[in-house]
Amino acid sequence: MRASEQALVVRDLRKRYPKVEALKGVSIALPKGEIWGLLGPNGSGKSTLLKCVAGLLQPDGGEIEVLGLPPSREAKAEIAFVPEVDTLYRWMTVRQVLDFTAAFYQDWQEETAGELLEFMRLDPEAKVSSLSKGMRARLKLILALARTAPLILLDEPFSGIDPSSRDRIVEGIIRQFKGEEQTMIISTHAVGDTEQLFDAVVFLDEGTINLQGNAEDLRTRWGKSINDLFKEVFA
Amino acid sequence: MNIDFSTSIPIYLQIIEEFKRQIATGALKPGDKVPSQRELAAQLKVNANTVQRAYREMEILGLVETLRGQGTFIRQVQEIVEETRSEMLTDLVDDFVRSMQALGLSREKTLELVGVRFQELQSGKEVEEK
Repeated sequence: MRASEQALVVRDLRKRYPKVEALKGVSIALPKGEIWGLLGPNGSGKSTLLKCVAGLLQPDGGEIEVLGLPPSREAKAEIAFVPEVDTLYRWMTVRQVLDFTAAFYQDWQEETAGELLEFMRLDPEAKVSSLSKGMRARLKLILALARTAPLILLDEPFSGIDPSSRDRIVEGIIRQFKGEEQTMIISTHAVGDTEQLFDAVVFLDEGTINLQGNAEDLRTRWGKSINDLFKEVFA
Repeated sequence: MNIDFSTSIPIYLQIIEEFKRQIATGALKPGDKVPSQRELAAQLKVNANTVQRAYREMEILGLVETLRGQGTFIRQVQEIVEETRSEMLTDLVDDFVRSMQALGLSREKTLELVGVRFQELQSGKEVEEK
């Protein structure tokens, strides 16, 4: 048993870039076993928040606790972060990308990776440079889901990809998500056909949270789908 | 099972409604095994906790029962089938009546039209659309 029942606690997080205040005091608490949607238009601070949690950015103020741990090497090992930018080496084959990634992480599950490869309909011999954006997005997802990391952060996994890749990714997440042992944050600026994936959602607007809560409760309270609420808030 | 989740109704309620509908139409019969929560979540591409909530509610409503180590099954509850059927029928008739009212048809004219169409459909006669 772990010390904390919260997978992630963020308190009054602040981050300023030279020209813009990206996070103006953001607080969230994610219980274990849930999938959260971090929703907001481009530039709302979603990536900054995820990068701070992943330990890739140093916040200017506030606190972060991952599974009860303060930011540290130990905390970092508990996190699988998939950035929006494409970090795959284009000269590698799909198989080489998986082997290369496996070498970095002790929690890599070869069998799960094999299952996901098949499910995502990726050819292990295909070169990364020959893959479509949707296929590269599928591959990036495997890199996170083949690990048993308790906290998974996906930054814009659905951005600019075809509907069939989006559906595969949604289903892949649902199939592989390990219930109580895992917690996931998925950021997106287009809610569309992904809202049924989320236990709870956070609306981030110019560095401030303007709505958060359990997705079903929000639908009941406002009589609207999350997608319609999103459109209304960010109209 | 296929559900359109674009509506404003909570997803777990939509899942329960779909089960009720399938029970009422006979697509699901008492004793039928329903998919595991995980399988249905993957099939519908819906969060597993949402499916869990729907199944839990359905157990409370008496629609299904979970047998340890065997799975979840549709229960033999005739009153639920009848209740659901009557709910569905009321909804269908309400929709129809509202549509006719919106077109300005009187009660008499509506009933007359229903009688005519009933006769024609029963005799299998094709009727061209106006």
